[in-house]
Amino acid sequence: MGKTLFDKIWDAHVAHQVEGGIDVLYIDRHYIHEVTSPQAFDGLRQRGISVFRPERTVATADHNVPTRNQHLPIQEELSRFQVDKLTENCEAFGIRLYGLGHPYQGIVHVIGPELGLTRPGMTIVCGDSHTSTHGAFGCIAFGIGTSQVEQVLATQCLMQKKPKRMRITVDGQLQPGVLSKDIILYIIAQLSASGGTGYFVEYAGSAIRSLSMEARMTICNMSIEMGARGGLIAPDEKAIEYVRGREFAPQGADFEEAAAYWQSLYSDEDAQFDKEYHFRAEDIEPMATYGTNPGMGIGVGQAIPEPPANGNTHTFLKSLEYMGFRPGQKLLGHPVNYVFIGSCTNSRIEDLRLAAAYVKGKKKAENVNAMVVPGSKQVEKQAREEGLDRIFREAGFDFREPGCSACLGMNEDKVPKGEYCVSTSNRNFEGRQGPGARTILASPLTAAATAIAGRIVDAREVK
Amino acid sequence: MEKFEKLRSTAVPLPIEEVDTDQIIPARFLKATTREGFGDNLFRDWRFEPDGTPRQDFILNNPIYGGQILVAGRNFGCGSSREHAAWALYDYGFRVVVSSFFADIFRGNALNNGLLPVQVPESFLQGIFSAIEADPKTQFLADLEAQRFTIEATGQSTGFDIDPYKKMCMLNGYDDIDFLLSLKDKIETFEQSRKS
Repeated sequence: MGKTLFDKIWDAHVAHQVEGGIDVLYIDRHYIHEVTSPQAFDGLRQRGISVFRPERTVATADHNVPTRNQHLPIQEELSRFQVDKLTENCEAFGIRLYGLGHPYQGIVHVIGPELGLTRPGMTIVCGDSHTSTHGAFGCIAFGIGTSQVEQVLATQCLMQKKPKRMRITVDGQLQPGVLSKDIILYIIAQLSASGGTGYFVEYAGSAIRSLSMEARMTICNMSIEMGARGGLIAPDEKAIEYVRGREFAPQGADFEEAAAYWQSLYSDEDAQFDKEYHFRAEDIEPMATYGTNPGMGIGVGQAIPEPPANGNTHTFLKSLEYMGFRPGQKLLGHPVNYVFIGSCTNSRIEDLRLAAAYVKGKKKAENVNAMVVPGSKQVEKQAREEGLDRIFREAGFDFREPGCSACLGMNEDKVPKGEYCVSTSNRNFEGRQGPGARTILASPLTAAATAIAGRIVDAREVK
Repeated sequence: MEKFEKLRSTAVPLPIEEVDTDQIIPARFLKATTREGFGDNLFRDWRFEPDGTPRQDFILNNPIYGGQILVAGRNFGCGSSREHAAWALYDYGFRVVVSSFFADIFRGNALNNGLLPVQVPESFLQGIFSAIEADPKTQFLADLEAQRFTIEATGQSTGFDIDPYKKMCMLNGYDDIDFLLSLKDKIETFEQSRKS
């Protein structure tokens, strides 16, 4: 019987098998950041051990950094301490750090691919659930807890039970104005916020193959939002060409040899999946969420549903109450005062180009605070070179410096209590963007158009 | 990690589904660089008003309920991979979390910190909620060796799954890292085999 893409990569990384079905999985690439690593380094110190393979770990500061005046010391004391701690730990343990001020700094899931550190066939982990992003290159990439960060630092391995395999196939052609973000929000709405738990997902089909690498990253990024540990896409010419020539990618003959191997990474015709779903690209509308988990999404023109017959009505209504919505209400036309374009889901150059192309020559609505936060210093630089920063500023948007920003309500960038924010990020949990903030997840085009209109619009109808 | 064998305790009911790790511990409290003290901000925005006054409608502020077992609705611990969620629950005093479904990363993080996730059928979960509603002093028994969770008042009991390896770790207080460190030679051999 044939093997799935997932099995091919997994099996090539099993360093040892433990009785009872647990694999010791070798990790090719380990990304760390300031928030989930300090306790892991402390653990190493307490045990008196060093980092086993320091060259395989790469660090950046992203979650807890300001997105203004990054050349100045961080104002907030605890944040500064945490970021300084990362620098101290990286120096002490010999780990490469792209900290604040470094031309490669940025959101960990943006810089990995853009530097060629993420490559097909790898196993990649990070103390961050959106590590699934890297699956776009045909990697087994997943988020881990801090105890596991310590394990990887100490041994370059993790104890893992092999997850089940799921394939989600999306065939057909997307409607104009529908983006990869809409595809993944649609899939999560179909499967629910827990429908993928216990699985690793392969995304396949003509609609997925037609996407750029950056659009594929948006899809894989949100795999965790349906509970799946990760999601991946078979590497093709687009993946290979994306990696070619990047700073840390193999060069010359080494690259060609690697690329030949990457081309063998696909699910065999007769490979078996534990679960399969098929969707039609034509059915997907621009999506928006109305509740407090990413599974609570609808086509932007649809009405908010009644509580599900087989679900917990209390939880559903509590969620709607938090959002200030009621069943039957429409999102389309709903006034919105905050727009956030950024996060590891949608902060890459293509996202910024797409938003800028729409915004160009327009002005944001008076009521709207709109913020664009590039995913990395390199994205920021590219955007400036292309004049995108000027386009955003002329439209009244705030163009910031890179970081996780308003995605998670940890740093200075927050949405005030009770305010709606159309956000290109990945989570609409209660308080995610700040205590009491109401997040509506959507694509960068929907976000940009909402900023101009001051209310939620249908991205298929914007010009 | 502390050993876990069995625990007899009353339980705190949280009959809400999809409790994500941002609710368990909001990101703005993740700035600490040690593992201690997160219990103070456990369920921060459900538990306290913005000015820090306890919210009387939240279960942890209701003196009728208490104990080292938290019982919550399905898909507990979804969202962020922050291990701080497990640390916060443990630091607050919980040693067992019961739900009808756990998110993957949270389950792993809990097991790595001596916090036992007990997954029970939905109907049994509802039975637990009813038992606590009938008598908040109802005792429950979580027995890891036997892999059973029992409502002592009614005698109703259910088995629960746990990976045999993780069970051994919990029972003995072992970390994965001790085990992995003992495999260093095998890991180096694997690295060599990939180069050839």
